[in-house]
Amino acid sequence: MFRFFLRRVALTLPTFVALMFVTFVAVRLVPGDPIEARTGERGIAPERLAMLRHDLGLDQPVWQQFLHYANGILHGDFGVSIVTKTPILHEFAILFPATLELAFCGLIFAIVLGIPAGVIAAVKRGSIFDHSVMTVALAGYSMPIFWWGLLLIMFMSEYLGLTPVSGRMDLINYYFEPVTGFMLIDSLLSDQEGAFGAAVAHLILPSIVLGTIPLAVIARMTRSSMLEVLSEDYVRTARAKGLSPLRVVGLHALRNALIPVVTVIGLQTGTLLAGAVLTETIFAWPGVGKWLIESISRRDYPALQGGIMLISGIVILVNLIVDLLYVAINPRIRHGG
Amino acid sequence: MADDPVLNATAAAVPADALVETVPPEVSPLRAFWSAFSENRGAVLGLAVVVFITLLAIFAPVLALHSPIEQFREHVLLPPVWAGGEWAFPFGTDAVGRDVLSRLIYGARISLGIGLSVMLVSVAVGIVLGLAAAFLRGIVEVVVMRVMDLVVAIPSLVLAILVVAVLGPSLTNTIVAVTVVYLPRYVRLVRAAAMAELSKEYVVAAQVAGVGRLRLMFVTVLPNCLAPLIVQAALGISDAILEAAALGFLGLGAQPPTPEWGAMLADSREFIRSAPWIVTLPGLAILVTVVAINLMGDGLRDALDPKLRRS
Amino acid sequence: MPLLSIRNLSVTFATGRGPFKAVDGVDLDVEAGELVAIVGESGSGKSVAMLAVMGLLPWTAKVTADRLSFDGQDLATLTPRERRKIIGRDIAMIFQEPMSSLNPCFTVGFQIREAMAAHLDLSRAQRQARAVELLELVGIPEPVRRLKAFPHQLSGGMSQRVMIAMALACRPKLIIADEPTTALDVTIQAQILDLLLRLQSESGVGLVLITHDMGVVAETSQRVCVQYAGQQIEMQTTRGLFRDPHHPYTSALLAALPERAHGRLLPSIPGVVPGLADRPKGCLFSPRCRFATDTCRTVPPPRANAALGHALCHTPLVDGVPRAQEIAA
Repeated sequence: MFRFFLRRVALTLPTFVALMFVTFVAVRLVPGDPIEARTGERGIAPERLAMLRHDLGLDQPVWQQFLHYANGILHGDFGVSIVTKTPILHEFAILFPATLELAFCGLIFAIVLGIPAGVIAAVKRGSIFDHSVMTVALAGYSMPIFWWGLLLIMFMSEYLGLTPVSGRMDLINYYFEPVTGFMLIDSLLSDQEGAFGAAVAHLILPSIVLGTIPLAVIARMTRSSMLEVLSEDYVRTARAKGLSPLRVVGLHALRNALIPVVTVIGLQTGTLLAGAVLTETIFAWPGVGKWLIESISRRDYPALQGGIMLISGIVILVNLIVDLLYVAINPRIRHGG
Repeated sequence: MADDPVLNATAAAVPADALVETVPPEVSPLRAFWSAFSENRGAVLGLAVVVFITLLAIFAPVLALHSPIEQFREHVLLPPVWAGGEWAFPFGTDAVGRDVLSRLIYGARISLGIGLSVMLVSVAVGIVLGLAAAFLRGIVEVVVMRVMDLVVAIPSLVLAILVVAVLGPSLTNTIVAVTVVYLPRYVRLVRAAAMAELSKEYVVAAQVAGVGRLRLMFVTVLPNCLAPLIVQAALGISDAILEAAALGFLGLGAQPPTPEWGAMLADSREFIRSAPWIVTLPGLAILVTVVAINLMGDGLRDALDPKLRRS
Repeated sequence: MPLLSIRNLSVTFATGRGPFKAVDGVDLDVEAGELVAIVGESGSGKSVAMLAVMGLLPWTAKVTADRLSFDGQDLATLTPRERRKIIGRDIAMIFQEPMSSLNPCFTVGFQIREAMAAHLDLSRAQRQARAVELLELVGIPEPVRRLKAFPHQLSGGMSQRVMIAMALACRPKLIIADEPTTALDVTIQAQILDLLLRLQSESGVGLVLITHDMGVVAETSQRVCVQYAGQQIEMQTTRGLFRDPHHPYTSALLAALPERAHGRLLPSIPGVVPGLADRPKGCLFSPRCRFATDTCRTVPPPRANAALGHALCHTPLVDGVPRAQEIAA
């Protein structure tokens, strides 16, 4: 178990180094000089340019620049935003809770709906319910979520007036200092009446939009995994003990069927963060996805570089945890069987 | 839904020894494929829609009533016919008076074009890299597979954004970006399939017979890896279309006035209230196309590669 | 009143190629404490018939019977809930594949105690004590430690012992053992069979032993029922069956036993069990029968009387010679 853990961690390290390399090279490849990008079209005196270049270390050989960059990252220095002049890690840390909150709610939505739908579809295979679940899953899997978000806004917000159009909070009626950065928790801590409800209302549509593709994936995976497990001998053994169908399906079958589903859920982190870019753009959600897109239009390359580095790093980390978790829930691997 | 419930349920339910298989008469592989494929109603429906959209794309100049970029300034934000518009603009017009239907038809060209180009390039590169990794082993395999691991680790859209940010937003760069994102699937698939084949006797036999390495790679082994590759390629088209539309929507893909479906949606955002049709129609076009390709791909998978059956 | 009484049991599967009758008109009585064997080739429907008794067939199977009663209760008319009270408590089943019949995600102890929790009014500690006792009973050393093991940590023979312990957990009146030794190593087969026989004689539980091994039948059972292609073709005492088989199929099966073979070649039965597509019109065994006549090939055979082993045959054998049956039966 411990050796497996070490091996898995060791496999992750080269990926991290390569990631640093890629982000480093990518930004060097961007056409135009970073100083000129900063000074704009006004021009700059040659001696001042040389000084700036020296300050940024641009006069050093490229490999030294890379080592400098890698060393900075290892010490938590992801560079400084050109636009806001604040450290990128700091900006990211402020915005990331918003993305995390959204991704978490989206995933909960997907799991809470997807697993039961998949289980029931498998148990009632061939039924109308099964067909409906599979049709909806196909549509969800194929959904351009940016359009889905616009449709929901159009119908739920504009037409029915049920949910807010955008943002995380109704800032006209409520104001409170961020404590945790998670609006659901901060609104409760603020003790302002209705603040929590407002936070929930803002979360509903973005969560649905972000959770749609994971929902489809989870429902499909649960169904096929369940179908496979339900024909296993041990399910027949459980039934032969005279256990209730609920216990046979919900305990004996589901416990086994969930093993691949948990892996698939873990692998949705990348999908969720990629989806967050789109969802946050549609709903003006102040998270790292929207920030990333904005840093492109502002030509804030250090922010783009650091942001991609951080987001990818998080995905790699979560995938690592999922792999270890997979071992933990699967006794066959846990005991080296 | 993709498979006949009664038939499959029975196959799973009846103890294997209770049914004695009757040997089917010999049929050509193509005919066998078609009979397996056409059994799946969803797949046939998907195929029909794909053919329809392909025809629209090919004959866009003939079928479209107007140029996709011509602005009819006197007909701005005209609603579709069913909402009181004019027959000259069946699906209405957008904010600068361009015919929505014509733009959608031309958009099919772009989306299918992107999907196909991405698929062809990534399949070709994937075959070369995958076979190289499987045959050459050693450092080549390590480098190729580690790079693929890295590409997979970065969220798809974020990676595409990085590529576009470096190369600049354009239709061509969209294709490059999406190809990079989806390359690992093909490389991994080809490598895994080739490795599985390499351990079989016919490969050893060919080696003993003195077949050259290149011939062994592309003529002896590759054809036996094709079934999962074709399935993945079909499903890859739909993913590429979605990814490219997302880039277009973010303003990082096709640039105005190109009638790309994602970019059309981006333009429409401010008209959510006033002109719902220019929001609804391009997205519907994307959804229908992607669903159709996925249905077809699922059917292909079930017919070509029963091992991969998801259910 | 026998413990288990079955009359005219049929099971039909709905398949893509039409209905398939896996079990066709089976009768069986098992007295309390009796050991009855059911023999037949793969595909003869012997497992399916017993799964029907347990109510473990999938929904694609349609079960019909004139009588299907256990311990005086009509299984066919019970609600699923009432039936589950009997299944696992009074009737238990042991399966062919011990390794895959145990749930890989739960410990052995959990799976044994679960059956008790479902049916018996025992405290947690009592269940644990009984589980330890059961493992000792089936000959597993270090029972307390083994209860904490996961199934993949056990060998096939060990798993089958656990399955037997599980079946015994609620002190059943009847155990159905479906080829309990087929999947095991030859050396283990005898051990498991001996264990089953010992437990059966000690506890006086009724045992239905499904097998394809005539040798096992000879060693173990008091009565035997032979099935072919879903039909019950002969039933009589084990001793009678081995001395004077009345159905040509039984006779051929016995002739195929190595210890009974004369000459250098082991006799075999040509052909295979008919499937869905090639079911003969008359007697299902007629295409493979040495004694088949035109009548056999066109008219379904009648059932002979008890003296002729209830043989399903136009010309049951007496001392190895076919004899025309009076249509009195």
